[in-house]
Amino acid sequence: MTGHAEKSAAFAANEDRAHWHDQSLWFVRSKRDRQASGIPEWEALREAASAIKTHTLSRLADYLEEFERNAIANGIQVHWARDAAEHNAIVHQILASHGVTHLVKSKSMLTEECHLNPYLEARGIEVTDTDLGERIVQLRKEPPSHIVMPAIHLKREEIGELFHIELGTEKGASDPKYLTEAARGHLRGKFMGAQAGLTGVNFAVAETGGIVVCTNEGNADMGASLPRLHIACMGIEKLIPRAAHLSVFLRLLARSGTGQPITGYTSHFNGPVRGGEMHVVIVDNGRSRILGQEAFRRSLGCIRCGACMNTCPVYRRSGGYSYGYTVPGPIGSILAPQRDPQKYASLPFASSLCGSCTDVCPVKIDLHHQLLAFRKVLVDLKAVPLQKRLCMAVMGFVLSRPSLYRMGGGLMRAIVPRLPRSLVYGPWNPWGIQREIPLMPPQSFRDLIRKEPS
Amino acid sequence: MSSRSAILDSLRQNVPPAAPLPAPIDGIRFTDPIKQFEETLTIAGGTLVRATAQQDLASELAKLNLYASAAKVASLVPGIPSRNVDLNAIEDPHDLEGIDVAIIPGKFGVAENAAVWIPGETLTPHRAIFVIVQHLILVVPAGQIVDNLHQAYERIQWSPNSFGIFISGPSKTADIEQSLVIGAHGARSCTVILL
Amino acid sequence: MPNVGLFIPCYVDQLYPQVGIATLRILSRLGLDVEFPQEQTCCGQPMANSGCDGAARPVAERFLEIFGKYDHVVSPSGSCVSMVRNHYDHWLHGKPRFEHLRGHTFELCEYLTDIAKVVKVDGEFPHKVGLQMSCHGLRELRLARSSEQMIPPFNKVRQLLTQLRGIEVVELSRPDECCGFGGTFAVGEEAISCLMGRDRIQDHARAGAEVIAGFDMSCLMHLDGLIRRTNQPQRVMHVAEILEKATLS
Repeated sequence: MTGHAEKSAAFAANEDRAHWHDQSLWFVRSKRDRQASGIPEWEALREAASAIKTHTLSRLADYLEEFERNAIANGIQVHWARDAAEHNAIVHQILASHGVTHLVKSKSMLTEECHLNPYLEARGIEVTDTDLGERIVQLRKEPPSHIVMPAIHLKREEIGELFHIELGTEKGASDPKYLTEAARGHLRGKFMGAQAGLTGVNFAVAETGGIVVCTNEGNADMGASLPRLHIACMGIEKLIPRAAHLSVFLRLLARSGTGQPITGYTSHFNGPVRGGEMHVVIVDNGRSRILGQEAFRRSLGCIRCGACMNTCPVYRRSGGYSYGYTVPGPIGSILAPQRDPQKYASLPFASSLCGSCTDVCPVKIDLHHQLLAFRKVLVDLKAVPLQKRLCMAVMGFVLSRPSLYRMGGGLMRAIVPRLPRSLVYGPWNPWGIQREIPLMPPQSFRDLIRKEPS
Repeated sequence: MSSRSAILDSLRQNVPPAAPLPAPIDGIRFTDPIKQFEETLTIAGGTLVRATAQQDLASELAKLNLYASAAKVASLVPGIPSRNVDLNAIEDPHDLEGIDVAIIPGKFGVAENAAVWIPGETLTPHRAIFVIVQHLILVVPAGQIVDNLHQAYERIQWSPNSFGIFISGPSKTADIEQSLVIGAHGARSCTVILL
Repeated sequence: MPNVGLFIPCYVDQLYPQVGIATLRILSRLGLDVEFPQEQTCCGQPMANSGCDGAARPVAERFLEIFGKYDHVVSPSGSCVSMVRNHYDHWLHGKPRFEHLRGHTFELCEYLTDIAKVVKVDGEFPHKVGLQMSCHGLRELRLARSSEQMIPPFNKVRQLLTQLRGIEVVELSRPDECCGFGGTFAVGEEAISCLMGRDRIQDHARAGAEVIAGFDMSCLMHLDGLIRRTNQPQRVMHVAEILEKATLS
């Protein structure tokens, strides 16, 4: 089974394209820096966001019950789903009972995680993703490659070609304004014809029993306000205690993820449209289990901003598809192996542990520490290749025995410089594919120190 | 066992250690909040209009070409009539399609991010009005620009079964090669008149 | 006067001994009582970073046995020191002298600025230098403000180098992007590792760096491997090698 290393090598093989992808994402990281530097209390905000999430997670059941009580008082119908299958069934049941044949959806990584679209489509419901990036990848029958910028891996010419085929735009046209205008018209038609709108949830507020959705395009509002039926899907960890706390998170979210002070639309849905219905589906799907794990529970604080992906030097040069999971990048490399350690065993190793992600995370998740901690979990589960585990065991053996270590080092320095290049460099030496090995000095530090004047 | 019980029980086992909520944040202040609001709104793709001394909304609107030339205007501002639109007669929000301009009063604005708060009760008869029209004009009292979002949330009163939105500039997207395009699905322009 | 245990990482001992000598000389010339305990080998990082805790634990325990007795432990390696200060607790918590070891193990540059209180660096280095701010030293030991942080700027490494006469520390377009070494990552994710490394070298080259200087030889080893394979002109040097010729007070 190919993991991150193989997929990322394929992505990086097209070096121009990898550099283009890297530059696009670094640009977003720079925008984040510019925005953050304008807020003197930036680090205090991050600390507060982290503290609010830690507090909320310490009383999550209580806050969920408070949220439910207040949501019901708002006229919102609340559903609970243990897992993805149940989530999909609930959503389908709500739609089917209203005779919905066409659903418009705004961005929801949770529904991606649950594979909702194919589930509904198999049951005769047309689903239109209305976020422009999501619509693009939906038409290409691909998953999103980034949680906030789903089509960041595509060039305008490719989108132009797609729209020419799917929307009838001019062949060869690739101007983003022209293409976006075409999408506006096409999606306006979808909005007008839909019988229900499904949104994600950026934040659910226990105190008000309402939810908050942030978009730049306004697609969540269009989808939730034109049709009479609004379904909002949320993971249990999206909860925050009070409406006032929104100020902390909203000041951090867009600045971190897209480099804007706030998104164009920040909508507080505390009830259905007049004469309509609103449903909230609360989903666990493994989250409560993570809560019980001290090493990994902080990953539940994630507000899905995407900042970790934008800054990750590996993600920028690998692309989202190298991770093979709904959520890629640093946070995805912790969430994915939680779901399936064997399948995603390569992801915690797809990191140089540089720590940039931890320093940009608005809720101060210790991402690179969790990646390291997960490596240990994978070794204990024997999900790491035997060869690697053996290699490390041998290394540990040698490095615990100074005479063995000194002998090994001495042999290496004596023999390697005498070997022909064809023996040093070959498929058995992955270091040497693109790098020279270090020059071997005749004497080690230990040897030299004996000659050193005191 | 119901899923609800299963989930809540699962959460009540292995409860993390108690942790307190943090102290409130002292947010950024600006020496000239209106100037900050204007600069930020411009970067977000919007336009600020500072009303002249007379504070006469009708004449400010008349100066705006997009208002003057619009065929259909929906006004939610008392004293400013709609044009070729009878909002009370529109029972289905889909029938709002085709309206060129909506003039909507905002409660207050936020300097740090050029957001305007519009409580749901303003958006009658249908809340879709702010997103379905082609152009937005928001009218905000000039004395109601706060510095930051913490101050903003202190002002908001929450009622049950309600809606509320912060709008910052027009609809936009950068989903195609990070190239910013104004006017994705919602308003193609957003003009804020400070009265 | 504190007695200082000199910790020389395994790969520095075997492959870059001159960095160890330079470190020894810098500390000795400051009048410190420096000892190199011969029984040392490694901090255990390669095993720990691979998740092989079982293989790393005995190495960590040996480290404590050997270095626990010193007032201070100094090493020319940010990542090894980070291992001791930030990751040893897992195995050594509660063991005698561990708390002391954890609080008194230092990377060379931070030792010079914070403990030895070096304020004057009198020497010459008339070259254009690109600073490779290795990630463990930067984000784990906080030797400088990282570009992600919104706090007042500081850089303990730069602080020491800029006093040298003739030196020009060049401005990189990405001042602290990872070089791509990452330990076993260098081999396990070879393609991305090398792409990251080549991009770093390009940044240094475009900024005009003749010398790429750092405080972690592992990163420099990786960059040097790429540089020599492609016949590029830059040379890599450890900060210790640059400071060795100067007089510190």
